[in-house]
Amino acid sequence: MLSVQNLHVSYGAIAALKGISFNVPAGTVVTLIGANGAGKTTTLRTISGLVKASSGNVMFQDTDITNRPSHEIVKRGLCQSPEGRMIFPGLTVRENLMMGAYLRNDRKGIEQDMEYGFSIFPRLKERMKQAGGTLSGGEQQMLAIARALMSKPKLLLLDEPSLGIAPLLVKLIFEKITEINRDLGMTILLVEQNAHMALNVASYAYVLETGEITLEGPAKDLASNEEVQKAYLGM
Amino acid sequence: MSEFLQQVINGLSLGAIYALIALGYTMIYGVLRFINFAHGDVFMVGAYIGFYAFPKLQPLLGDGYGTAVAVLLAAMIGCGLLGVTIERLAYRPLRSRPKLTVLITAIGISLFLEYTGQLPVVFGADYKTFPTLIPETTYTLFGGVSIGSTQILVFVVALALMAALRVVVLRTKIGTAMRAVSMNMNAASLMGININRVISFTFFLGSSLAGAGAVLYAISYPKINPLMGILPGLKAFVAAVLGGIGNIAGATLGGFLIGTAETMTAGYISPSYRDAIVFGILILILILKPSGLLGKGGAEKV
Amino acid sequence: MSTILRPYLYLAGGIALVLVLNLLVGGIGSYDQRIVVNIGINMILAVSLNLVNGFTGQFSLGHAGFMSVGAYASAAFTTMVLPAASDPMSQGLYLIVALLVGGLAAAVAGLLVGVPSLRLKGDYLAIVTLGFGEIIRVILQNVSSLGGALGLANIPRHTTFLWVFIILVFVVFVIERVIRTTYGKGFLAVRDDEIAAEAMGVNTTRYKVVAFVVGAFFAGIAGGLYAHYNSLIKPDDFGFLKSVEIVVMVILGGMGSTYGVIFAAAALTYLPEWLRSFTMFGIKFSDFRMSIYSLVLIVLMLVRPQGLFGGFSFKGRRAAAKKAPIG
Repeated sequence: MLSVQNLHVSYGAIAALKGISFNVPAGTVVTLIGANGAGKTTTLRTISGLVKASSGNVMFQDTDITNRPSHEIVKRGLCQSPEGRMIFPGLTVRENLMMGAYLRNDRKGIEQDMEYGFSIFPRLKERMKQAGGTLSGGEQQMLAIARALMSKPKLLLLDEPSLGIAPLLVKLIFEKITEINRDLGMTILLVEQNAHMALNVASYAYVLETGEITLEGPAKDLASNEEVQKAYLGM
Repeated sequence: MSEFLQQVINGLSLGAIYALIALGYTMIYGVLRFINFAHGDVFMVGAYIGFYAFPKLQPLLGDGYGTAVAVLLAAMIGCGLLGVTIERLAYRPLRSRPKLTVLITAIGISLFLEYTGQLPVVFGADYKTFPTLIPETTYTLFGGVSIGSTQILVFVVALALMAALRVVVLRTKIGTAMRAVSMNMNAASLMGININRVISFTFFLGSSLAGAGAVLYAISYPKINPLMGILPGLKAFVAAVLGGIGNIAGATLGGFLIGTAETMTAGYISPSYRDAIVFGILILILILKPSGLLGKGGAEKV
Repeated sequence: MSTILRPYLYLAGGIALVLVLNLLVGGIGSYDQRIVVNIGINMILAVSLNLVNGFTGQFSLGHAGFMSVGAYASAAFTTMVLPAASDPMSQGLYLIVALLVGGLAAAVAGLLVGVPSLRLKGDYLAIVTLGFGEIIRVILQNVSSLGGALGLANIPRHTTFLWVFIILVFVVFVIERVIRTTYGKGFLAVRDDEIAAEAMGVNTTRYKVVAFVVGAFFAGIAGGLYAHYNSLIKPDDFGFLKSVEIVVMVILGGMGSTYGVIFAAAALTYLPEWLRSFTMFGIKFSDFRMSIYSLVLIVLMLVRPQGLFGGFSFKGRRAAAKKAPIG
């Protein structure tokens, strides 16, 4: 579904991505793990069109979407729940979700999808009329995921859903990720620092180190790989 | 007491106009985080659009309120398009540049509109008299306080536009998108919102309110010239800062407060200090509470 | 050549150049002479604002206000305190005294504006300084002993080409010297990264105040020269547009490049005069010269925001001038 080929990105003179390639087949959960500053967020931001690639391609459903404007990429069915959640603090939970459905006009479908969001994150329904900025970190993460789902994407990009969230909630959110993948057949690209959780839900994984992919394989294999265990799983 | 009430009425009607202009400053600041210095000159162009539209519209629509509304709409649409054009040509290419560059460009646009407006082939540097759109009648209220039909029109139009703006911003999709863009531009574009379109829409909305303000100003003070936008523009900016820039309710409140402060100063102290008081308020607010009366957070971080 | 002596040689060279030019200026018409003197005054204004905007990165839109304080204070001193002067010697002496009075008055105004404004940055600071400039103007309009809106008239014409340019050379010398000392590097530090500068122990507050006060002092001197050249000064001479004009010179000159700013001041003072007589395709440009002026400004910001001479300096302080300060 998504195929990234030899992607290079640099900020001024600093190369953030040095030619990475990976694939996300339809219906699967693929994860990109790596330490802080490895280039994970840059990768997602480039796919979404927030950061310009200096060379290489991003192919989505056989169309080249490299360096297209973000709103066009969303229209093609690729939506991101960004790092740090980026909830609109002054909009209510409901308005935040409506912004997720910005490009859609099917009122009924929108209401249905909102109900689905509420069914996986019932907490959001309770807080529907509350301003996004007043939610706790975990609730904001739920909102960010539900908001991304509102665009009815074909591919969901999740950037560090575990960041800054209480461990109990992290567990819940990862369960929900699996649920979304199962219920909707949603293709998911998950970027995570928490390799343990990520390798648990994903079927295939890539390891990103300072802008390069150093290792890849089925998530189970990587979880038992010695290097990965040492570097990322703290074993 | 009646003189005081009279000053309040005069102040509020002037303030309603400032509020309309201030709304444009504040909305544009909200999405782009910069002061559109040319806003006062867009306002000036609005007065001239009204001035030139009137003789064309009057034969078609007669002397009544139809013409007044049509003139108002012409100025609003004309200014809206001017605002969108300015943003497209001058501000958009500079979006990722330092703010100072954009500010200077805005000053350049402002000067360009002022100087070009003064050319004989454009508006001319001399004062022109704005046509009377509605017959002037004065209604005496209680205790010798009076209100003119022009003032009533100012109130009605300004309040209607403010209410309409409130509905657009709070209840419509594009209005919600505007708020979303002002809170987090990147997140908004990740939602599929076309940022450029929202910014254009904001410029249209803000500039058209300035156009409406211009017609209301011109029927209240019918002498118009190409430099007429400078002072109302600056005062409306002060109103926006006073209320808390980026805050729509604040701009409205600030407009009314500045208008009242100005007429009070003119009435009770000296007409020649009516401009100074406004800048005095600006300096006080920026030193005491830079975020404005209704603004959140502390001092502006740049 | 010893590096300690070098700046003084520049100073001597500058003065010598002015003396030579002074001989030449005697030969040109009075209209052209007026343009040249105005260029010199604008150069002083631009160089002094450059200390605030270019070197310290504080965006001030009220420089004309300080200029007006200097103009009025010095003119009032000359007309109300000093006796009449007839010979060039005492004229020059009285001018210097009056300029110092004007400069000091403007410096006090700079202190009054600078201290409370320090919390503000970027366009907020711009607006506050604009507000102060406008308040100064409105106050002057209402002080009847200074002529009110009609202005202060009959100021003796003590200003000459020689004085304007000798003072310019001194102003450039002082600012260039200060900026090159260890102390002076603090200004650039405030501009480039205020938080880092603070962390390194640079007293950013004091630097900003000093920049404001020194900038205002020289602006006041320029105002005094202006007053003693034109013989009539009006509050409207020092409005918002005058402030913008000076800011444009600094920006066009490349923020922080003293020589760029000097050149820009000359070019921008001359451009409207040149357009006055310029004709192309049978079109006389005198009518819309100011439209062209503003259009040039917009286009420059779009294509060359670092100014014409940004990144360029005769003495090769490339890195310092190149980095455009933010807001």
